[in-house]
Amino acid sequence: MGVAVIGASMTKFGQRDAWIQELLSQAGEECLDDAGVTPDDVEHLYVSNMASGEFQGQTGVMNALAHDLGVLPAYSERVDQTSSSGGAGIYEAWQSVASGASDMTLLVGGEKMTHKTTGQATDIIASITHPTEYKHGVTLPSFAGMTARHYLERFDAPRESLARVAVKNHRNGVDNPNAQFQKEIDVETALESPIIADPLRLYDFCPITDGSAAMLFTTEERAAEIADEYAVVSGIGGATDTHVVHERDDPTVMGGVVESSEEAYEMAGLGPDDLDVAELHDMFTILEFLQLEGIGVADQGTAWELAMDGETAKDGSLPVNTSGGLKSKGHPLGASGVAQGVEIYEQLVGEAGPRQVEADVGLACNVGGFGNCVITTVMEAAE
Amino acid sequence: MTLAAGSCPNGHVSYPTHPRCPECGEPQDETVDLSDRTAEVVTWTTSTATPPGVREPNTLAIVEFDVSDLDAEDEFVRALGQVTTDDVESGDAVEPVYVEELRDPDVGLKRETQASQDWDGYRWDPV
Repeated sequence: MGVAVIGASMTKFGQRDAWIQELLSQAGEECLDDAGVTPDDVEHLYVSNMASGEFQGQTGVMNALAHDLGVLPAYSERVDQTSSSGGAGIYEAWQSVASGASDMTLLVGGEKMTHKTTGQATDIIASITHPTEYKHGVTLPSFAGMTARHYLERFDAPRESLARVAVKNHRNGVDNPNAQFQKEIDVETALESPIIADPLRLYDFCPITDGSAAMLFTTEERAAEIADEYAVVSGIGGATDTHVVHERDDPTVMGGVVESSEEAYEMAGLGPDDLDVAELHDMFTILEFLQLEGIGVADQGTAWELAMDGETAKDGSLPVNTSGGLKSKGHPLGASGVAQGVEIYEQLVGEAGPRQVEADVGLACNVGGFGNCVITTVMEAAE
Repeated sequence: MTLAAGSCPNGHVSYPTHPRCPECGEPQDETVDLSDRTAEVVTWTTSTATPPGVREPNTLAIVEFDVSDLDAEDEFVRALGQVTTDDVESGDAVEPVYVEELRDPDVGLKRETQASQDWDGYRWDPV
């Protein structure tokens, strides 16, 4: 059964006073309003969230949200796939409609993080690592530093190419009123910012963020009846790579990105050349390169050239992270994959305002851990 | 204390050990002690934003042990760990040195469950 997206929303991302339940409710309500659907139409509710227990001491957020939104007695479930919880939520929502189990599925992703210190938040996120890695104090940013060094040394890529990713995504974020940062930066600022995980510096990393995002899914048939504009999930794939990052055959290949995108392309009957716009998981600048290579847009070791040549800018051959990406929009863990879907939806239905590009086909790639779990979604504008 | 890699009947070697071989799914029925071998640095980083209980800065490296003498299918096995110094380069030879406590388990997320794992291990020391 064809699955359509008929509504989308996101809260302001950044440092928010609201706690997790309120953030989720805000995005959920706005999404239902955006689609003109009442709460009693919702049959399944999925809540993408990595760690509300660890961050805030609140568990069972799917039940809390279902009650607050008035969608009772809808089936509800919390989806945790670490940083790719949002993408996994899209997968669950797609499954629920495609299988016929639900005619109307609401997906809300969210995280409340900024009340913790950077060290505490880093520790919560680093707890996904193997105990033999955790005890060495390994963090996700340190994986990024080691991978970036290997990539730059092996493919003779200029350090500036990583800065270009940050500059581009900050530029795009200026046009996103919900982004955490709406501020342009230049290459010098990025290259001279403090070292976080050598050779990566502050501007190679996304911030710590509070926020929520939502999408509403139904069958294509029902979408055609009730929605003026809608998009279709034409392909989706999910894959898991090793828990221990150094056990991968090639440190510069994200197997989960390769596998999930192949699955999504095959389902959609499309390939990398068909893409008009993409949202990639730029938690660290180096990840934008690894994903461009993993989804088949660039050959291994060459994605840095696209950044240097401006091919991934808004006016380039494949605009990447028109939303500002995680880099400038922010990265509230469970919300990020949903927010990627929101941006692709808005691009496909022509609601992206100053960020609008011409797009009939869009791709979102949501990465959990350091490529440990990956969901790739291909969406198309309804004909 | 050993630095134990696991190996399976098909000669695949992994660090750390797993109940089943990640390569072929057979049970890992033997271990290989890497602690008296030297390794080569594949890549490294110096992390300045470290979690509670972790030294700052924290230099980490992925290193590669040559296990071709074992007559196994895999000729190399990689491991991740702290480096004894900030002065390291890719390609450097290192040897494991034992450390009683790699981070302070009394602080941070696992302070109440610190008994769930051990906290000693090996750092890489340039030869």
